[in-house]
Amino acid sequence: MAQTRTTTKRTKSADALGRYGVSPELALGLLGDMLLFRRFEEKAEEAYAIGKIGGFCHLHIGQEAAAAGCIKPLRTEDYVIGAYREHTQALAKGVPPRVVMAELYGKGAGASGGKGGSMHIFNRDVRFMGGHGIVGGQVPLGTGIAWKIKYREEDNVVVCFMGDAAVNQGAFHEALNMAAIWDLPAIYVVENNEYGMGTAFRRVSLTEIVEKASPYGIPASDVDGQDVLATYAHFRDLAEEVRGGGGPRFVEVRTYRFRGHSMSDPVSGTYRSKDEVDRHTHEQDPISLLRERLFDGGHLDQDALEAMDAEVKEIVNEAAEFADDTAVPGPEALYEHVWSDLDVRGRLRFDGREDAPWR
Amino acid sequence: MAVMTYREALNAALREEMERDPDVFLMGEEVAEYDGAYKVSKGLLEKFGPGRVVDSPISELGFAGLGVGAAMAGLRPVIEFMTFNFAFLAIDQVINSASKMLYMSNGQFPIPIVFRGPTGAALQLSAQHSVAAETYYLHSPGVKVVVPGTPADAKGLLKAAIRDDDPVAFMEGELLYNFKGEVPDDDDFVIPLGVADLKREGSDVSIVTHGKMIHVAMQAAQKLEKDGIEVDVLDLRTLRPLDVDAIVATVKKTNRAVYLEEGWSYLGVGAQIVATIQEEAFDWLDAPVLRVGQADVPMPYAKNLEMMAKPSADRVVEACNKVLYR
Repeated sequence: MAQTRTTTKRTKSADALGRYGVSPELALGLLGDMLLFRRFEEKAEEAYAIGKIGGFCHLHIGQEAAAAGCIKPLRTEDYVIGAYREHTQALAKGVPPRVVMAELYGKGAGASGGKGGSMHIFNRDVRFMGGHGIVGGQVPLGTGIAWKIKYREEDNVVVCFMGDAAVNQGAFHEALNMAAIWDLPAIYVVENNEYGMGTAFRRVSLTEIVEKASPYGIPASDVDGQDVLATYAHFRDLAEEVRGGGGPRFVEVRTYRFRGHSMSDPVSGTYRSKDEVDRHTHEQDPISLLRERLFDGGHLDQDALEAMDAEVKEIVNEAAEFADDTAVPGPEALYEHVWSDLDVRGRLRFDGREDAPWR
Repeated sequence: MAVMTYREALNAALREEMERDPDVFLMGEEVAEYDGAYKVSKGLLEKFGPGRVVDSPISELGFAGLGVGAAMAGLRPVIEFMTFNFAFLAIDQVINSASKMLYMSNGQFPIPIVFRGPTGAALQLSAQHSVAAETYYLHSPGVKVVVPGTPADAKGLLKAAIRDDDPVAFMEGELLYNFKGEVPDDDDFVIPLGVADLKREGSDVSIVTHGKMIHVAMQAAQKLEKDGIEVDVLDLRTLRPLDVDAIVATVKKTNRAVYLEEGWSYLGVGAQIVATIQEEAFDWLDAPVLRVGQADVPMPYAKNLEMMAKPSADRVVEACNKVLYR
């Protein structure tokens, strides 16, 4: 089965827009998206440091082009499902920033009512199908969503994100095999940021990620995930192939995480050096790369960039203020939505807290 | 009323619900061309086609998760496990995805899915094919557990399970598939979940049980009858939701109870039932509630050892005599 290396040498100059068929307006839109994602995650980092966000919190800083480039070509009716580094994927799919931030803050107005947190952002209206916390667990789920699209003969696609570590899970292999034999409209995206937590991918696999789908006969490709134009153009083409009945696709998006695995993990440490991280942050920042191209092409100047940045900072600050001010979930939320219908015969709950006769 | 086997009753329930709702589909190993490992899905491929009756690869984790994803997106999958022993491979998707999705999405994604197949032992299938797996599913809020012991219950409860908006583990019995019984002809015969059924009435002692063990309970009741002991046999039929009122009622009537289950007693279904009885009917008890279950060992292969390991009517009689202080 075809396994294509789509990556070519990165075009730094303004020529890139023409090469990928991206208009200056669209490129500026992608820049705005990535700036928003960056500022959003920085605000989350800040809020975590002062205890406003708890639990596990995995930031997407450095990987913004993957969220922007992969999701921008999709329609609202298309589905996106991801793992637990999914704040920016939710934003890219159209979940309002204040709703995502409120979820991180554990508030009732959050995307999941404050019951999911950082790892479990859901929004039915824009078909953002979660935030899932078990590595690889979302891959069969995404496959099931694709099954429904085919079953109902719809014209949509599902984009199923995962990290590089997920390709060593059984769920990944079982799901890809089923997508292939049933020709399902799914695009599986591995965001390869080189490390599964602190374990370098090369230490846990003798084969490259892009090769992982070949046993199942799924066309595979890889793309420079720091280059948002290349990523966007690639997913624009893939979505149309899959929508047209082309069957599943598998993509390795090569990227790098500028922060620790989670908030409890230092940026560099025993598993990767400070030099390595510095090199990536200086040379492989997806926002800088696009910014330089837009400067070179005369589509953007420093003033316009600063205005754009001020605008997204305003959105993020407003989101954080909203998250701060809005209420925590009421006590009634504790028992809500365990079951879809409480008006049933027999007893569903056994904690003895309310029904026990001695109370 | 028609007399049919437990297998035919399940088949009729599947057929009727698939006719009723185009979003219902059946997926699992050997369910289509082979007609089902236990022939439960016989004829369904012919009737509904390969888009709705789907042979899966042997990938329990994968197709269980596919079912959960399809349910998130609005379909109503019936996922067949060849046995719940193989479903241990899939339990991550049942517990971490299906049971929690509604809660962690704050009500946005109900998961109307049925996971069904046989649980417990058959004959000499040894350690890895004989586990009664109810407890594993019961432990997690968000999953309903249904355990029919007769053809009528199998049909009425499977129809209810398919129409239910929550995940249901529907646990059958391999040795029950050929069991015959009367089943109402009505094609809208639905038994609500959470309603126990008094399979036999007596006033001296209660045997509370579920699934295929109701037949062992009935044998024990017959033996006790010869000694003049009249037994209430309460079949719970569903374990979550649980018909606590029926349990309390039988205890209040007889003041003595034994829980009979196929699986291990340690943290088994009976452990919960005993806790519930002592919480809610303690003053009505004239004796401690005893449990009868499988010996606390993996199921052995040798016929004599397997017979010793399984709960038997004689052990139930013995437990009843103990709570009767006879």
